[in-house]
Amino acid sequence: MNKRDFLKGAILFFPAGGLLALARDGARAAAPGPAREAEKAAAPEAPKPSGKRYNPADHYYGMGIEVEKCIGCSRCVEACKAENDVPAEPYFFRTWIERYTVRADGEVAVQSPNQRTRHVETTDDRDVIRTFFVPKLCNHCAQPPCVQVCPVGATFSTEDGVVLVDGERCIGCRYCIQACPYGARYLDPRTRTAGKCTFCYHRVVRGLKPACVEVCPTEARVFGDLRSKASRLVRFRRMNKLNVLKPALNTEPKVYYAQLDGEVR
Amino acid sequence: MRMPEQVQRLAIVIGVIAAVVLVGRFVLMPPTLVARELHRSSTEQREAAKPVKFAGSSACQDCHDNVVEKKAKGYHKGLACEGCHGPAVKHTEDPSAVTPAAPRDRKFCPVCHAYDAARPTGFPQINPTAHNPLTPCIGCHDAHDPVPPRTPKACAACHAQIERTKAISTHALLACTTCHTVPEAHKKSPRTVRPSKPQTREFCGTCHAKDAGAKEAAAKGTTATDAAAKRAKTARQAPRVDLSTHGETFQCWQCHYPHLPEGRS
Ligand code: HEC
Ligand code: HEC
Ligand code: HEC
Ligand code: HEC
Ligand code: HEC
Ligand code: HEC
Ligand code: HEC
Ligand code: HEC
Repeated sequence: MNKRDFLKGAILFFPAGGLLALARDGARAAAPGPAREAEKAAAPEAPKPSGKRYNPADHYYGMGIEVEKCIGCSRCVEACKAENDVPAEPYFFRTWIERYTVRADGEVAVQSPNQRTRHVETTDDRDVIRTFFVPKLCNHCAQPPCVQVCPVGATFSTEDGVVLVDGERCIGCRYCIQACPYGARYLDPRTRTAGKCTFCYHRVVRGLKPACVEVCPTEARVFGDLRSKASRLVRFRRMNKLNVLKPALNTEPKVYYAQLDGEVR
Repeated sequence: MRMPEQVQRLAIVIGVIAAVVLVGRFVLMPPTLVARELHRSSTEQREAAKPVKFAGSSACQDCHDNVVEKKAKGYHKGLACEGCHGPAVKHTEDPSAVTPAAPRDRKFCPVCHAYDAARPTGFPQINPTAHNPLTPCIGCHDAHDPVPPRTPKACAACHAQIERTKAISTHALLACTTCHTVPEAHKKSPRTVRPSKPQTREFCGTCHAKDAGAKEAAAKGTTATDAAAKRAKTARQAPRVDLSTHGETFQCWQCHYPHLPEGRS
């Protein structure tokens, strides 16, 4: 084959591929509806309990955490892993509990208890000024640094105030994991894409509470809609003096802490 | 003017490349990958379509109304069924095929109830190795309505942290009731019936003032209570301070934690 023949062949071959694809799309369009509708129908549709269609513009979600109610039982951590299919090992978490121990000499120790290490700790009570648990999770910031750094636009804030990751776009570069000041992201070892708390988006659109809120025995977590006047979160925000984590970074977190100790980072 | 042949060939190659790129961009790439809005909404749909595993607090009502009613009256009313029984959506869909596990093991309840200094004061805690060992918890406590079989005698059952702190302090030998008057009902409804707390500097002065003991002794036989008599006895070993100058007008417990008063170190 000489050069001329090759180029002629190529000229015929490549556009032909395009035409074939066009024909494929045409056939798809001729079927029930446009291609997008067909794809949507393929995914199981979320049941709408109220019968009304879920409209993201009506909602804006956040969470309240009452630090003094947390008993550190890790029910939320386990429920989150079960609900969201988070790998059990290595220790990746979408939500987790931290134990703060403030000692007389000003030293602050932070441990994250998991099922295995929870009760092994032995400390000299006399040095300990105070000790308490703090639940942590993605803050679903209104100004999320993780979204800013994503080179392919795979992570974004939804209209209803949740920061999501598009697993099909994510290239696993870990920029967002580095950028998150709260350590709320991890690289899922199975998909090699970034994983994080979604406020249990699939539950919330069905009118259910996130799994961690559902199982909390002491109501240390309050989930709600900042756009609704009657939501528990709005009442929580009115009744408590609130703090967010690392306010100096201007990330505008939407996870609000009541009775937060100054040592908590 | 005639174009040189090599330019024509180059033009063809460039044309082919351009065609391939255009076809790839507009025909082969699905719209969800190109349009930002579409790729976001497809991510939202994918998230929303994920399966729910925790059925939520109202899902058990229909079939287990007896358990739900019993639990609603007891101390465990704030607990989610699935916090103990695990995710149960599959069970609600087909109750006979899948039954959730019931945590009958002694290891389970201490997840919440084992003593831990970081847990909030007043949360009922026990020492799992010392609290009625070898018998399963549910042998004495009904998991759905866990009233203690009888009201606890010791304050330590609920105030373990204070008890442990006091035990290593110079006040170790003082009974809680030396300083707190505790109505019996406090042990049954601790949040509604509150014990008294010392209110004045003079109270601590009954043991620590320069003339302590003398006053108590003088009062003996007239209006003295048992507690006052006991106080007079212990007051003899108590270090003395000048109440009129020591600590100015602050309450003593603004500087000394009454359950761990440090004065000499
Ligand atoms: C549609 C009715 C139905 C609903 C809804 C339902 N259950 Fe059940 N459940 C049953 C039946 C029937 C059994 C007895 C199954 C058997 O013995 O094989 C059962 C048994 C159980 C058991 C006993 C397991 C054991 O070891 O004895 C537990 C625990 C339980 N259910 C928990 C739950 C929880 C938690 C929920 C709410 C999330 C729930 N169930 C919702 C019908 C239901
Ligand atoms: C504190 C943890 C806890 C919570 C909360 C809890 N359970 Fe249980 N449940 C248990 C344990 C432990 C047993 C085993 C009891 C036994 O064998 O005596 C059990 C047994 C059961 C059984 C089977 C035996 C029976 O008593 O009928 C059912 C059904 C059940 N639970 C349903 C529920 C439902 C519904 C809820 C929510 C309203 C709930 N449980 C909440 C711990 C819990
Ligand atoms: C998910 C956490 C959790 C688990 C697991 C749990 N409990 Fe509880 N328990 C609580 C809470 C919350 C209270 C209410 C405390 C309060 O009123 O301040 C409570 C109260 C109690 C009380 C009454 C305490 C009092 O104030 O007199 C007893 C007894 C008890 N639980 C026993 C059990 C037993 C037995 C089990 C195991 C079957 C168990 N608990 C499992 C969270 C839990
Ligand atoms: C032999 C019966 C028995 C067994 C077994 C038992 N308890 Fe108790 N529990 C009691 C009694 C009686 C009390 C009342 C307090 C006291 O006097 O110690 C009590 C009190 C409690 C309290 C504190 C509530 C309060 O108001 O003081 C908790 C929490 C508790 N038990 C949890 C558990 C757990 C968790 C287990 C299993 C590890 C367990 N119990 C096993 C009999 C038992
Ligand atoms: C059944 C568990 C229980 C027992 C037993 C118990 N308490 Fe309490 N106590 C509580 C709870 C719960 C609170 C409320 C804590 C809170 O609101 O933070 C409390 C609060 C208190 C307070 C603070 C009241 C206030 O207004 O701040 C004192 C003082 C106190 N208890 C003393 C005692 C003494 C002394 C005993 C023993 C004679 C005792 N308690 C036995 C559960 C108990
Ligand atoms: C030397 C007197 C004294 C003794 C003994 C004592 N207390 Fe207190 N307690 C106080 C004083 C004073 C306060 C009020 C502190 C304040 O208002 O800051 C207090 C406060 C409390 C509180 C309120 C919460 C807190 O931590 O401040 C509880 C609960 C309590 N005591 C329980 C107990 C128990 C249980 C014992 C026995 C193990 C006990 N106390 C022994 C003097 C005493
Ligand atoms: C019933 C008598 C009694 C009462 C009431 C009492 N104390 Fe004491 N206190 C003692 C005794 C006895 C000692 C010394 C014990 C020893 O040295 O072994 C002591 C020791 C102390 C010390 C010295 C600790 C040290 O490290 O040397 C301080 C400070 C103190 N008490 C503060 C208080 C305060 C504050 C109150 C009021 C809330 C109070 N006490 C109420 C009996 C009492
Ligand atoms: C402004 C803070 C402050 C207040 C308020 C205060 N103290 Fe003290 N107290 C101290 C300090 C600091 C020491 C240790 C240094 C010293 O000996 O002066 C001490 C020491 C003591 C000692 C130990 C003395 C010895 O010889 O070992 C006793 C007893 C005591 N205080 C009792 C009280 C009592 C009772 C009250 C309330 C009437 C009170 N304190 C209020 C700061 C305070």
